[in-house]
Amino acid sequence: MTATAMSARPDLTELGRSETALRGFLHGLPGVDQVGAEQRAAQLGTRSIKATAKAWAIDLAIRMVDLTTLEGADTPGKVRALAAKALRPDPADPSCPHVGAVCVYPSMVPYVAEVLRGPAGGAGSAGAEAAPAGAGVVHLASVATAFPAGQAPLEVKLADTRAAVAAGADEIDMVINRSAFLTGRYQEVYDEVVAIREACGPAHLKVILETGELSTYDNVRRASWLAMLAGADFIKTSTGKVPAAATPPVTLVMLEAVRDFRAATGRQVGVKPAGGIKTTKDAIKYLVLVNETVGADWLDPDWFRFGASSLLNDLLMQRTKLTTGDYAGPDYFTRD
Amino acid sequence: MFEYAPAPESRSVVQLQPAYGLFVGGEFVDPTDGDSFTSINPASEEVLAEIALGGVGDVDRAVRAARTAYDRVWGPMPGRDRAKYLFRIARLIQERSRELAVLESLDNGKPIRESRDVDLPLVAAHFFYHAGWADKLDHAGFGPGPRPLGVAAQIIPWNFPLLMLAWKIAPALATGNTVVLKPAETTSLTALLFAEICQQADLPAGVVNIVTGAGETGRALVEHPDVDKVAFTGSTEVGKAIARAVAGTDTKLTLELGGKAANIVFDDAPVDQAVEGIVNGIFFNQGHVCCAGSRLLLQESVADEVLASLKRRMAQLRVGDPLDKNTDIGAINSAAQLARISELADAGTAEGTQRWSPPCELPDRGFWFAPTIFTGVTQAHRIAREEIFGPVLSVLTFRTPAEAVEKANNTPYGLSAGVWTEKGSRMLWLADRLRAGVVWANTFNKFDPTAPFGGYQESGYGREGGRHGLEAYLNV
Repeated sequence: MTATAMSARPDLTELGRSETALRGFLHGLPGVDQVGAEQRAAQLGTRSIKATAKAWAIDLAIRMVDLTTLEGADTPGKVRALAAKALRPDPADPSCPHVGAVCVYPSMVPYVAEVLRGPAGGAGSAGAEAAPAGAGVVHLASVATAFPAGQAPLEVKLADTRAAVAAGADEIDMVINRSAFLTGRYQEVYDEVVAIREACGPAHLKVILETGELSTYDNVRRASWLAMLAGADFIKTSTGKVPAAATPPVTLVMLEAVRDFRAATGRQVGVKPAGGIKTTKDAIKYLVLVNETVGADWLDPDWFRFGASSLLNDLLMQRTKLTTGDYAGPDYFTRD
Repeated sequence: MFEYAPAPESRSVVQLQPAYGLFVGGEFVDPTDGDSFTSINPASEEVLAEIALGGVGDVDRAVRAARTAYDRVWGPMPGRDRAKYLFRIARLIQERSRELAVLESLDNGKPIRESRDVDLPLVAAHFFYHAGWADKLDHAGFGPGPRPLGVAAQIIPWNFPLLMLAWKIAPALATGNTVVLKPAETTSLTALLFAEICQQADLPAGVVNIVTGAGETGRALVEHPDVDKVAFTGSTEVGKAIARAVAGTDTKLTLELGGKAANIVFDDAPVDQAVEGIVNGIFFNQGHVCCAGSRLLLQESVADEVLASLKRRMAQLRVGDPLDKNTDIGAINSAAQLARISELADAGTAEGTQRWSPPCELPDRGFWFAPTIFTGVTQAHRIAREEIFGPVLSVLTFRTPAEAVEKANNTPYGLSAGVWTEKGSRMLWLADRLRAGVVWANTFNKFDPTAPFGGYQESGYGREGGRHGLEAYLNV
């Protein structure tokens, strides 16, 4: 689907006003051939990124990490430590950039905010100063909307979202209503995203499709468009709470969706694969996917993020290897 | 910008000798009249080695060696023992695959990504597959105890040097024949390394003979009175000459010749994968593929959309050093082929079609041609009718499935075709009507040793691969 084809369509914002229009549009999107999509992702996975390109990619990947902890056992102490690491991932090397964001449950947001923005809660400014390298602040993301299942009444999800924003989150990671999506109630999914979008206020909205539960690439493409039509700033693969998390082909299909969406509407939407990305090698494969599918415009933490926890230390280890020529043991990097 | 740093595969794994002899009777020998020619790297024009030029006497010597081996060793050998040798060869190919892949890219100009990920795995797979058949020929559907033919003369092209060797040698050996193989003039080196592998595998002397040389060498081989079978892959022109040469003799013949395949994209196609398939169909191996999807047939209702996507995708193609692991399109195999491609492309421009290539920098040395598409092409244009055998795609349009079939079949060739549609019934309807040996459904340029491959009309006759491919080497 390209600009040519899409520009002939009526205003896409109208689609959300009727179930019939929404269904017609989503079902009219070109299909995804599973074998072909997986093959393309695998082929891009064979790119060999070396030397200067690798160093560049590692620093970019670090800046794109949404450093995440989403456990029942999370405590203020744990998330403070994580936030400290987000600001200064490699205490031994001041040239190491900070990560993109810290991602926690709403109840943990105030403690992270304290570290990122100082006790006064002056949003943004303190974070910028604390950041050792690179422009911008470390964002504070919070999952909301009865994460991860999303099986709660809309009122609860809205309250969840508002609470997270009020506590200092400037990015909200919501889950779509998969139950509604899989039963074909697209309008309901759409309306819910629109409502959460509104509840976010100034905060950026990432919409988690939970692609492992959508199962087919056709569904991934439809859910991507649905989320974007409803106002998502980012589309995100997974909660990390179901076995099938982000994969390169799923991310490829989502990248194609944001590419086509921009061609159709002029609005750029970010992509965040999350879950299961653990190594530098994996991260670089995703960056190659971005580079060769949507291009340089998305190679920026504002438009591409990794939802991950263990990935960061591997990136730091590889970064140290490239700068010093030696692998340092895991004890030379902070564990949280 | 994400600039990929150079990632060259190391050449050190390949030990090139300054000169190579012929492989006859299990050893490397000098040609009787001592002639030779040079083999160059098409990406740099650097001389790689001197190659022996086999003459009539050398061909005769090789055929006699093959005859002796057939009569005394290989013909009488039980299938399960032949299988052991084939399995051994297959494993050695896997063990030495990096060496073979690097050498293939050096000699042929194809990107290492393809020689490593496509050619070599398929070469090994062909030997493994046919090794499995060697002791099961009674059950191949040709009745009990099918007999081999004897000595097979095999002539292969330069586009997939080692893979075409495997397509020829593996079934011939599995069925109990011995072979004399002539590699293409510009790409002899991996065949000679394969000869070393035969030695390493202790293959009995004379079962595989490799006579390097040019057209005259091939002619001497085809016309040799003691060959029982000729198998040729190459141009339609040479194929016709061979068919004339063996006419009236009892030599069996299979020909795998040119093509001008249609790649048909319907309006309900999975667009992003179809675009990948179009790219893979025509730019894989620099378009040096007999079954390349060189005619793109787009349904008019989606033509602009698909073309826009195709151009965007083509801008991502990385043309350059074949040994760089990130290269998508390597060098054209020879100056002669480059001239042929340029001539046809110029004809396309002269005939009023629109030519487009993405911006791409080509190296100064060597033979290069940017990936190119022509739009506004009709059935009347030369570039829609003649095989270009290069990275040049002719784009035509159609309105209905019937028109797609008519245009796709409107060619003297008939080797392959591709269809892109999400509708299964339409796919089957087309597959029934397309006159092509292979019809790919929502994919292109997929090969497998278990699947028979071959053409209609001027694309040749006989099948290679699968159970059907065995028949070409059995007296049935």
